[in-house]
Order: sequence, then structure tokens, then C-alpha cells
Amino acid sequence: MAKKEIDVVTPVPQVSSEATTALLRELVAHLRQNRTQLREEWARRITEAQLLTAMTKEEIFAEATSVYDNYVEVLESGSIEALQAYARNLSERIIPRGVETQEVVGVVLLLRDVLARSLFKKYQSNFDLLNRVLDAYEPAANRIATTVSVGFVQERERIIRQQQEAIRELSTPVLQVRERLLILPIIGVIDPQRSRQLTEQLLRGIRANRAKVVVIDITGVPTIDSKVANHLVQTVEASRLMGATVIVTGLSSEIAQTLVTIGVDLGKMKTVGDLQGGIEEAERLLGYKVITSGETSQLLSA
Amino acid sequence: MEVPILKQGGYLIASIQSALSDADLLSLRDELAYRVGRFRSRGVIVDVTALDVMDSFATRTMRSIAHMLKLRGAETVIVGIQPEVAFAMVQLGLTLEDVATALDLEEGLAYLNRGMKRENTGAR
Amino acid sequence: MRDESRVPIHSDIDIVHARQKGREFAARIGFSSGELTLIATAISELARNIVEYAQHGEMIFQAIHLAGQEGICITAKDEGPGILDVGQALQDGYSSRRSYGLGLPGTKRIVDEFEIASEVGTGTTIVVRKWKK
Repeated sequence: MAKKEIDVVTPVPQVSSEATTALLRELVAHLRQNRTQLREEWARRITEAQLLTAMTKEEIFAEATSVYDNYVEVLESGSIEALQAYARNLSERIIPRGVETQEVVGVVLLLRDVLARSLFKKYQSNFDLLNRVLDAYEPAANRIATTVSVGFVQERERIIRQQQEAIRELSTPVLQVRERLLILPIIGVIDPQRSRQLTEQLLRGIRANRAKVVVIDITGVPTIDSKVANHLVQTVEASRLMGATVIVTGLSSEIAQTLVTIGVDLGKMKTVGDLQGGIEEAERLLGYKVITSGETSQLLSA
Repeated sequence: MEVPILKQGGYLIASIQSALSDADLLSLRDELAYRVGRFRSRGVIVDVTALDVMDSFATRTMRSIAHMLKLRGAETVIVGIQPEVAFAMVQLGLTLEDVATALDLEEGLAYLNRGMKRENTGAR
Repeated sequence: MRDESRVPIHSDIDIVHARQKGREFAARIGFSSGELTLIATAISELARNIVEYAQHGEMIFQAIHLAGQEGICITAKDEGPGILDVGQALQDGYSSRRSYGLGLPGTKRIVDEFEIASEVGTGTTIVVRKWKK
């Protein structure tokens, strides 16, 4: 896996790095000097653009102050780590309040704009110097904008993943139908992540319910790939290591085909046609006497 | 770390208390083989509840314990394999195929008792 | 949190030690209990490899970060005889001395990345990585 670098495309400045450092120092001094005024200007522009409407004016100003100070620090030190951490933390706080990606990007771009304008104003009499200041400022500013935006998007993705996991967990209950017997009805597509989760839930369920027999019903699963099929076999084996017998029911002909193709050792897996048959088999294993309705009527007529 | 081995009627119960080195596992094997002969035990339970890892060496040793004791006339049940451990084992390809397993001590005893009953009724 | 932890490996007791140290290290990174078991198992196999084939070596645990993901990097280093045929050693069922031959191929299955560099007469270095899911 290659390290994912944040790529910022900017024209290569025609100045030596020492000169750039000197210019950035000058810039930082300028931003520190005008901190109050630029911060207020930025907060005003944010409100005006109707960004961050979910937050109060005071909150916006407080966050703006933190971002501003972090911003100046990045320009000064060249290290974005502190800003990254702050961006993650900020995202964590504002995502639950419904702040959208475009708002965050908009806010950072506004700051870039506010600062650029103040540089224009300061250096307008010396066009050459202004050019060099902007050359030094631009790449750093873009890097900061990207860091904050990427941090926000990553945090959002993390939250989405978390929610997906929660939904998955809800989607397959491990049911105890009677003492020592668990049923795991699986419905829908099983991807590797879901199958891992199913296994974890099932193995914990075996322990928690002291289950001896488990019926995994996959009637509601249309197809599985070989990876998931292998995983199913592993689940059966892991259950056995814990002392439980697994019965798989409801294998479609496609899934049967997959299992045959990958060469599953069928001796390791107990299969029964449908869920009802599976439960009957399970009860037999548990020592319950199963009487089907047909037999009952025969018994009665006898 | 020595593994305590309890004699309970015709059975021996070895309950592993903490992580074992390879040497500990091998001496457990030897000790069980010796005691099964000395006490003429018919069944042995190895409780691995306390183990947070069963790697290839531990699994192989459990298997050789079961096989050796079988030759010495006793049946072995491994009990208490934790959910995470069980899953790690199968992913590693370690399935303890020909060794009996049970959820816990109670189930292990029930398993051995059923085995004895089968044998007795079979003999009559 | 320290980003690195090292455990020297000289005997089978050190395998247990490496496993415990590695598990604690991975727990601080925030792996789930299922993942911790897999990591501890992988460490066990790698450390045993050192004890069996090289007698002496070292296990190194490092916290790693990549594009917002966190993980652990486990390095097993020895100055033993080296592995003659690395490809063969990674095949299932490759039976070498006391091992089932499940050690290395099994370890490869339970980690996300697996690299091995071995030179006969110089030693073997195995680097594995596992990412938080």
C-alpha cells in the first residue's frame, strides 16, 4: 500500500526555499498583527455566505479563532499534524450537527480568500513582491485547505462505517428458540465484512447461551462467492471447536454449486434441506423426540 | 507454570491456569500420559478456558495428547476454547479434527459420561 | 504511547512473553478482541519460527498510520541459517522439522500484509502488518 499523500497542484514558485521561508515569516507576522481584524472579517463572511447555519455566531467565532491560530501555525512551522488533529476533533463535533462537506470546504476557502485580500492590500504598491508573497502563500494555503477538508471527509466516512456496522449487527439476530438451540436466519447478500460479523456474533452467542446445536438458515441468501463460502465452512469448524454442532439449511442450488466448486469437505458440514427439517434434526441431536404431524395422525388412527 | 491435574472418579481434569510455554505443554502431555496409566483413568478433560491463544504448537500438542491417551486407554475432551480463539484457529487452518471438544467442564463431563454409557451398554 | 516495542527471542518462554507484549501493544492501538487474538496468534507463530530455526532473534512491534487508518507492524528478525526456498515455506503443508507447516502460510492468512526476506547464511526477516477494521 502506498502512502496516500495529499496532492496539491500549484505552479512551482520561482523562488528559492530560503526566500520562501523568509516571505512566510513575514506573512506570519502580518497575520499575527492583524489577528483580531482578519478573524472578524472571516467570521462575518461566513455568516454572510450562510455557511454553518447550524452553529451560533459565538460558536462560529470560537471555532474560527482556533482554526485561524492553527492556520498561522502551519504557515510558520510547515507541519500540518496539529491542524490534522484539530480538524478531526472539529469534524467530530460538527458532523452530528449536520454540517455538510461543502460548508467546511467553503469556510476554509473563505479564509484563504480573506487572507489573500489582506495581502493584496498590504503589498499593492509593490507588484513584484506581492507576486512572490502569493507564490509562497498559495501552496501552504492550499495544503491547509485540503487537510481540513480531507479530515472532515475522513471523519464522515468513519461515522458512516460505524453506522453501517450497527445496521449489520441488527440485520442478523442470533435467536435462541429453545434451550441449547440457536437459530441464525441470514437474509440478503453476505459480503466478507458481514460474514465476519456473523461469525463473531454466532460464536459469542454459543458461549453466552451454552448452545449445543446451531441452525444457520441461508434460504434468504441468493448467492455467495467462494470467499464467503470458505468463511461459512470456517464458522462451522470454529463452532465445533467450541463444542457446538452446526446444521446449515436452505442452500440454493447456486450456493451448492459454489460449495462443490471450491471443494468443500462436505463431511465437515451437516446440511438439511429446509429450516424446519434443520430444527427437527437439531432437536433429535439434543435428545428431544420429534413427532411429525403425519406420524401423530398415524398414531391416533392406530 | 505447572498445570494442576485433578482426579475425579475415573476421570482426570487438567485445568490450564495461564499462558503456557512449549515446554509446559509438553510436560502436561507427559504428566497426563503417566497419570492415565497410574490411575487407570477412562477419560481426560483438558480445560483451556484460560488460554487466549492456541497456536499451531498448542493445537498440535492437544492432538498428540488425545492420541497418546487414546493409546493408553482414555478418551480426551478439550473444553473451554474461547470464541475468538476458535475463530483464530480455523483461520490458521487448525481444526483439531479428530479430537473431541465441548463448551465447558460440565459439558465435557457429560460427553465422557455418555461415552461410558455407550460402551457399557455395547458390552452387554 | 510509545510507537515501538522490542522483545528479544532466545527460548520458548520468550514466545509467551512476545505474545503478551504484542497483545498489550495492539490493545493500545485499539484493536478489537477478535483482532487481538489473531495478532497474538501471528506473533506466536513468528516467534516460534525464530526459536525453531534460528534460536536467537528479535520481535519488533510498531504502531503504523496510513490515510486515516491505524495498524500494527510486526517484524520478526533473526540471524539464523535462512530459508532455502521461501516460496515452498509459504505453501500449505510444507513440513519442516517440528512444524506442521502451518506456521507461515497460516500466519499469512490472518494478517493483511506479509513480507519475507531471507538469505541463506545471513538470516530471515518477516514483516507483517494488520490494519484496524
